[in-house]
Amino acid sequence: MKQQNGKNYWVEILGIFLALIWLSPFYLMVVNSFKTNRDIFEDVLGLPPEAVFANYVQAFHDLDFLNALWNSTFITVSSIVLIIIFSSMAGYALARNKSKLSGALLLIFVSAMLIPFQAVMITLTSFFSSFQMLNQYGLIFMYLGFGCSLAIFLYHGAMTGISITLDEAATIDGASRFQTFWYIIFPLLKPISVTVAILNVIWIWNDYLLPSLVLSSEEATIPINMYYFFGEYTRQWDLALAGLTLAIIPIIIFYFFAQKQIISGVTDGAVK
Amino acid sequence: MRNRSPAFWLFIAPVLVALMLVVGVPLLMGFFYTFTDWNGLGFNQFVGFEHYSRLLGDDRFLSSLWFTIQFSFVSVILLNIIGLGLALIVTQKLKTSNFLRTIFFMPNLIGGLILGFIWQFIFINVFGQIGQFMNVDGLQGWLSTPTTGFWGLVILTVWQLAGYIMIIYIAYLQNVPGELIEASQIDGAGPVQRFKNVTFPLIAPAFTVSMFLTLSVSFKIYDQNLSLTDGGPFNSTEMVAMNIVYTAFDSNEMAYGQAKAVVFLIFVSIIAISQVYYNKKREVEM
Repeated sequence: MKQQNGKNYWVEILGIFLALIWLSPFYLMVVNSFKTNRDIFEDVLGLPPEAVFANYVQAFHDLDFLNALWNSTFITVSSIVLIIIFSSMAGYALARNKSKLSGALLLIFVSAMLIPFQAVMITLTSFFSSFQMLNQYGLIFMYLGFGCSLAIFLYHGAMTGISITLDEAATIDGASRFQTFWYIIFPLLKPISVTVAILNVIWIWNDYLLPSLVLSSEEATIPINMYYFFGEYTRQWDLALAGLTLAIIPIIIFYFFAQKQIISGVTDGAVK
Repeated sequence: MRNRSPAFWLFIAPVLVALMLVVGVPLLMGFFYTFTDWNGLGFNQFVGFEHYSRLLGDDRFLSSLWFTIQFSFVSVILLNIIGLGLALIVTQKLKTSNFLRTIFFMPNLIGGLILGFIWQFIFINVFGQIGQFMNVDGLQGWLSTPTTGFWGLVILTVWQLAGYIMIIYIAYLQNVPGELIEASQIDGAGPVQRFKNVTFPLIAPAFTVSMFLTLSVSFKIYDQNLSLTDGGPFNSTEMVAMNIVYTAFDSNEMAYGQAKAVVFLIFVSIIAISQVYYNKKREVEM
């Protein structure tokens, strides 16, 4: 393929040009977040004449950033831990039981993936409020309910590659069902667990509508506080942009540390 | 593991209970309540199909449905063309392939709510200032008319999701055997012919996968709609999901909102079922 180098050069330039376009919204957000509102209206494209950090101080405070960061982290991590443990257990049980009932249960879980959130949100919030579960624990449970389907589907698929002789050997050695699962099978499912974790971080961390219906203001996550913050400073772009920049920093850090796993996790989740 | 074995049920129970309480019960309750005058707490009487017949005359709902269909149609086409284009670029043997892939995918990591706010700034301020500077009227007043609101939403969605569609196409492109490409080169096929006759037929399944995926994603969009245009001006860019939220939680017409949600479910199910049907048919043909 050596003769193609000349052509690849142009493809590369095209690629870099497109990448700059893709990045431009982030560039505009960051540079303008360091300007005063007046500087923004003078020149929106250029670098700030002098960097203003006051925007960030106020945004950090008004977004209640640390509290929102903690709430987002707590809800995301707890939900994912529950989804991983309970879905892998179910995927394992459904794969090892070859009955019709097991097939029907799998079908129910998989079909649930097709139901859009808006179809159940009204009755779901009313149902959960009837036993005082409109709080972050209720929310974590809801994420388990919504998130388990895809996870079970992925775990069930991966189980076909794990030989039943492993189970049998463990049983002969005196392991219980749960021990077999936890010590022998679960470690082998690690690649799927990584995929499940990544897909769910992207979904739960960024989710807005469900938490906005469920959480009280002390429990608010980053997207919820961002929504109210933005509403408060509609004409003050300098502040709004500093807030937006702050809000995306955690997930961008996550992306740069785990991009390889993220891309392959997303591929697995989409193609299967 | 047998059906009767307690271990089987213990392994299934947590997710089964969660699914039933979070999806199953609310779904059934939802169907039921659409035939009543439910107000979120209780109901007094059955109203038959009243909510559903009211829907047919609800101009705001119908126009949100029509807007959603138009938006999905345009987004699906653009997303697939651009997603495939990006995939073709980054699968060439470039020095920057990994870097480019990282950049194109990046917007997917961030929530639609935040991205909508960022683009609101870009459409209003950046477009406005460039338009003023270069004397282009078309760049000014974005998001203040139905047309610019529509294209604003399309641009945001395409920018956000194209990298995701790219990932799907890459997965399929990498499965195209190198020998086939080489063989076609030896036979004298140019790049266009090669793409048309060798690559494209082999990645056709990717086209189905991502077409349905983008269709169902764009049909269900809410966050971007809320933060970019909030349905404005005058509800002209309101999509179905937003209309349902508005009916239920802003005008507090719970049963009526739920009837809209059921209609929405039917639309989304038709998309999903036709995908399953189409995939089955294709598998048979292969």
